[in-house]
Amino acid sequence: MLEDKDRIFKNLYNDFGIDVTSSKNRGDWLDTKVLISKGRDWIINEIKSSELRGRGGAGFPTGLKWSFAPKEVGSRPHYLVINADESEPGTCKDRDILRFEPHKLIEGCLIAAYAVQAHVCYIYIRGEYFNEGQILQEAINQAYKNKLIGKNSCDSGWDLDIFIHYGAGAYICGEETALLESLEGNKGQPRLKPPFPALVGLYGCPTIVNNVETIAVVPTILRKGSKWFASIGKPKNTGTKIFCISGNVNNPCNVEEEMGISLKDLIATHAGGVIGGWDNLQAVIPGGSSMPLLPKNICETIKMDFDSLVENKSGLGTAGIVVINKDQDIIKCMARIARFYKHESCGQCTPCREGSGWMWRMLERMAKGEASREEVDMLMDVTKQIEGHTICAFGEGSAWPVQGLLRHFKKELIKRNNFNPLIKKNKNVPYLIDQHLLEEDNVKN
Amino acid sequence: MLKIKVNDTEIEVEDGLTVLQACEQAGAEIPRFCYHEKLSIAGNCRMCLVEMEKSPKPIASCAMPVTNGMNIKTNTPLVEKARKGVMEFLLANHPLDCPVCDQGGECDLQDQSMFYGIDKSRYKENKRYVPEKYMGPLIKTQMTRCIHCTRCIRFAEEIAGIDELGAIGRGEEMQITTYLEKSMQSELSANVIDLCPVGALTSKPYVFEARPWELKKTETIDVMDAIGSNIRVDTYGWEVKRVLPRINEEINEEWISDKTRYSCDGLKKQRIDTPLIKENNIYKKIEWEKALNIVAEKIKNTLPEKIAGLTGDLTNMETLFIVKEFFEKTIKSKNLDCRAENTYVNTENRKNYIFNTPLNKIEESDLILLIGTNPRFEGTILNLRILKAYRKNKTKIYSFGDIGELTYPYEVIENKTDIIKKIIEEKHNLSEIIKNAKKPIIILGQSVLKIKSSKYIFNEFKRFLEKNNKINNDWQSLNIFSNNASTVGAYDLDLINPDNSENFTLKSIKNNEFDIIFLFGQDNLKFIKKNEFIIYVGSHGDKGAEFADLVLPGSAYTEQDGYFTNLEGKIQKAYKASYPPGEAKEDWKIVNELANLIKRKKLFNDKNELNESMINYLKSKKVKVSRNSEKNEFVSEEILVEDIDYYYSNVISRASTTMTQCRNEKLNLKKNGTEG
Amino acid sequence: MSMKKISKNQPVNFEFNEENKILSKKIISNYPTGRQKSAVMALLYIAQRQNNNWIPLSAMKYIANFLNISYIKVYEVATFYSMYNLAPVGKYFIQVCTTTPCMIRGAYKLVEACREKISKEENKISFTSDCSWMEVECLGACVNAPMVQINEDYYEDLSKEKMIKILDKINKDEKIYPGSYRGRKNSEPENGRKTLIKN
Ligand SMILES: Cc1cc2nc3c(=O)[nH]c(=O)nc-3n(C[C@H](O)[C@H](O)[C@H](O)COP(=O)(O)O)c2cc1C
Ligand code: SF4
Ligand code: FES
Repeated sequence: MLEDKDRIFKNLYNDFGIDVTSSKNRGDWLDTKVLISKGRDWIINEIKSSELRGRGGAGFPTGLKWSFAPKEVGSRPHYLVINADESEPGTCKDRDILRFEPHKLIEGCLIAAYAVQAHVCYIYIRGEYFNEGQILQEAINQAYKNKLIGKNSCDSGWDLDIFIHYGAGAYICGEETALLESLEGNKGQPRLKPPFPALVGLYGCPTIVNNVETIAVVPTILRKGSKWFASIGKPKNTGTKIFCISGNVNNPCNVEEEMGISLKDLIATHAGGVIGGWDNLQAVIPGGSSMPLLPKNICETIKMDFDSLVENKSGLGTAGIVVINKDQDIIKCMARIARFYKHESCGQCTPCREGSGWMWRMLERMAKGEASREEVDMLMDVTKQIEGHTICAFGEGSAWPVQGLLRHFKKELIKRNNFNPLIKKNKNVPYLIDQHLLEEDNVKN
Repeated sequence: MLKIKVNDTEIEVEDGLTVLQACEQAGAEIPRFCYHEKLSIAGNCRMCLVEMEKSPKPIASCAMPVTNGMNIKTNTPLVEKARKGVMEFLLANHPLDCPVCDQGGECDLQDQSMFYGIDKSRYKENKRYVPEKYMGPLIKTQMTRCIHCTRCIRFAEEIAGIDELGAIGRGEEMQITTYLEKSMQSELSANVIDLCPVGALTSKPYVFEARPWELKKTETIDVMDAIGSNIRVDTYGWEVKRVLPRINEEINEEWISDKTRYSCDGLKKQRIDTPLIKENNIYKKIEWEKALNIVAEKIKNTLPEKIAGLTGDLTNMETLFIVKEFFEKTIKSKNLDCRAENTYVNTENRKNYIFNTPLNKIEESDLILLIGTNPRFEGTILNLRILKAYRKNKTKIYSFGDIGELTYPYEVIENKTDIIKKIIEEKHNLSEIIKNAKKPIIILGQSVLKIKSSKYIFNEFKRFLEKNNKINNDWQSLNIFSNNASTVGAYDLDLINPDNSENFTLKSIKNNEFDIIFLFGQDNLKFIKKNEFIIYVGSHGDKGAEFADLVLPGSAYTEQDGYFTNLEGKIQKAYKASYPPGEAKEDWKIVNELANLIKRKKLFNDKNELNESMINYLKSKKVKVSRNSEKNEFVSEEILVEDIDYYYSNVISRASTTMTQCRNEKLNLKKNGTEG
Repeated sequence: MSMKKISKNQPVNFEFNEENKILSKKIISNYPTGRQKSAVMALLYIAQRQNNNWIPLSAMKYIANFLNISYIKVYEVATFYSMYNLAPVGKYFIQVCTTTPCMIRGAYKLVEACREKISKEENKISFTSDCSWMEVECLGACVNAPMVQINEDYYEDLSKEKMIKILDKINKDEKIYPGSYRGRKNSEPENGRKTLIKN
């Protein structure tokens, strides 16, 4: 278990208050000027060697991403955009950062903006987090007042303005290019890539998009050193991570833990165990709803880091852990997730628009046992027809959970949906007009 | 040049292409729905997926720029599977109503599903129903068929320049509509029907009229304005069923205006199908022979100076030429003109009356000055080109006077001739702006050519531009914007007073100095008739025929072969697609027969001879001596741009029910204040 | 997402009040010049707050003119995002999260409570009080499931009984308090947490 001294978010549960003073007492804004004075290259290198990977879901190395921003600022300004859209079911970590550790985020924004040469930073908060946004705004105001940001932020010579932009209820706006569209005042429909935002982003200008948690850990990494961060977890999967443990556990909670902690430990130590005991565990969604679920046998040993989960055909995603015990109908659970994706599809590209509804409707029928044996296989076909064929990763996000279900619970699906619409040849059955279409022999060849 | 591999063969392609375009150059056909050369890239249908080396997922070829060394495969099982998958999704919620769909036979979805469709539908859920959307009198919607390619939206915003279509809602509920289902405002709106790859947007006036394979197709040109848009006329027997655009990159690209497309039902209405004579203010049918004899008699008994003629706005060049010959050789009268108004024209040089900047070069311009013109209504296609310039170069556009919404922003200059004078005399900041512009375009519209200072404005402006080297071999900045299909042809054939500027024929007509007046398809003459005997030769019972004592039924532009020269001076031929109704004849024949009756000799033995003779005339034309020494009178006055009744600008459109509907729709919107 | 219902009864005119005009201008100034379109979402939200939590068509037009963009663009945005109400909702607008993490902790019991106490159907303003409810997708408070959002506030760690109590209070227009209904601090683990105890 991570020791408290190594925890970055000391105020995760708001034990200490969120104003500048108490934040400073926890170590925020300590010598920010010194950090910045070490220069862009130093900052990016530190982040690179800390092996920090994006906390927004894709796990892209943050230092590397920053290094994609053009070295020289040309005629187009650079932008930093913080992704606080947090809408992935099972995830609620950024919310706690926004409301209880806003200064970590703001300080991170300043350092990141300096590193990628941005003078303007937009924080895109999901519209439902209205109160969280107000708290953050108050923190931003205080930061301005204390000259921590604004003109000559922290006396570092760097100017930075931070603005909040509220979303209005669209999961897809978490996808970085959809987020940029939304920021520009359009519908949140993802853009085609290339070009990538680092070169052509907000208003056609170079833009770096990062998750709230990614940015909020940056100041601490720079202060404590990349070595410290890299020493937690294992190579390429370093540092601490806020895990959101929800679902059928005794004490659902957010908790900051070491990357690579075992799932079983995590649930037992912090979440008070599975309701009905570990043996009552049916499956776990390890990284927010987009990540394929894992059945109990894998959960026994799985480590919660990017690479271990990928090895097991899932992913760390946002580290939103949804525990599902045996009291639940697993097909229903996944049908509800399919409904989420159907509801949230932006409608732009064909496979996602048409496929997400199709999967949902099939799963609804399968939950009720109204589908045929063939359709179970067909469902897999449909997921494969979506996966990899869409404009953005929403396609995968909607297909993977269903694939996970098919991978680990196919037996359950078949058991419930085993009727076969094909009629066996039976001389006693009076001849039906379409019987030849239905006869098994005719179908086979 | 970049080297890439397509299906293992190496090819070289230009920089800046997309993978889809490169594959096409390599001969690999790529299916697509959302991609369209003229529109921005949406990449949303996902039909064009291909395999690219090093990419784990197939890529959308329409949206991917080519880079050196790319290795593309378009024929692998992975690609095949991807396309089949997308096709299945597209068809999943598409209704099975092909037999009653007007798109049938020319539907991209139908065609491509033959290749990539799965024979049996695996989609067992209820199909989605999408309510119809009202988009105006031209576009019929059947939104359940929509595949959300967004071509229509992109067209409205990017090409037509009026952002009025959108996709509301999201996910599978996304629906294409105008704002609160108002009719479309653009004069180019019906192009979305051609763009829609399925039967979601179809032609309302043409609904259930015919199947494409039953129609005879004639490639011809349009006469609704002076642009000379290339069109295809589809006929079923005698009837013109529909008009579609043909691609001509130099003129109309692949768009046509709604008037060009939908005036065609006016070809069936208000037609004169037999000679008519007015007796006691009532028209009576009369036989051809009798009618022609009456005309011949009248002419014989009238002094040539007492006979005048005016040609019309839709008259083709052969008719113009034979009328000219008829007046010169048969009647021996000089009183022939093509202008029903006192429009200034300087015919010393062809450059003085044509649109000198080629239409497809307008988009290169960095400065456009509109003087006395509303391009949106006078030549919609030209307006589209100006929008293109604006989109491409942020071209600065100025207009003398506020002329309403043009689909692009422009700066209004006070509509005074004094300002023009100041510009010419370099006392206005626009003088500098023009001088500094690399490719300026000055457009003189018909409205400015009718005012007192027209001669001054044209000649002095030209001098100013020449002095500043804005008229040279590389760039012709001064342009005359003709509105009628016949205008430039008539100027080329010299159907105007020999001494140029003033229209003496018209003046004398208005002074009631003539005994006989011929109106050849001329319906715009405004004068008070006294004792003149008026002969109208034309196709529609409109304003011209109303005046007439004798009416001779002629043909419309789809019913006879004939040349037209467009505003840029391009000569193009319109082809006969159907027959004139009843006893109506081709225009040139009527004149020829009349000549025969008067002089016992036809002017031409056949149409070929007429054509040859006309072409020779055009070829042997000489540049006239310049009389630039003449004084150009300046008057301080306002330049008022005439309000054009867009949907009612000529006899055919005035007879068209569809145009009437469009006009009413606009008037209603204006009245309710719900415009925009 | 099904297409949003647009109210049949539409006010003819809409205009921002003075305060909101100033606020809108301030928001527009957050974006570079010429990029005022970026403010469309915020302005729609302001209009919604000014107009009893729903956006009339006249407000969309007003905003389009305010920002100098086309009507259809505003209309697209207003129908795309789920938080814009295009028809009246209750003074207490209750959104019940029913996505899987909430569902498996009993979110549909909360729906039951709403059906019993407010109205059988979603989006119907109850007869007895100014209140309407709807099912929504994940609100991002999964570790506090099941939860509902009432106007701007989150009510967490609920159960059917607790929900009924809240609704009873609403029906009497009594004050209700947001936050956890199991008395825990935010998203901390209950029953003796193991972290962040020493400092
Ligand atoms: C459908 C979809 C939804 C997403 N939602 C979020 C989100 O809510 N919050 C977030 O930070 N990243 C989200 N992402 C990931 C972002 O696209 C992007 O990768 C991330 O913001 C980058 O930040 P990071 O490098 O700091 O992780 C989403 C991605 C997809 C495809
Ligand atoms: S109506 Fe036609 S053109 Fe428009 S999006 Fe639908 S399919 Fe495409
Ligand atoms: S043609 Fe490429 S995605 Fe539609």
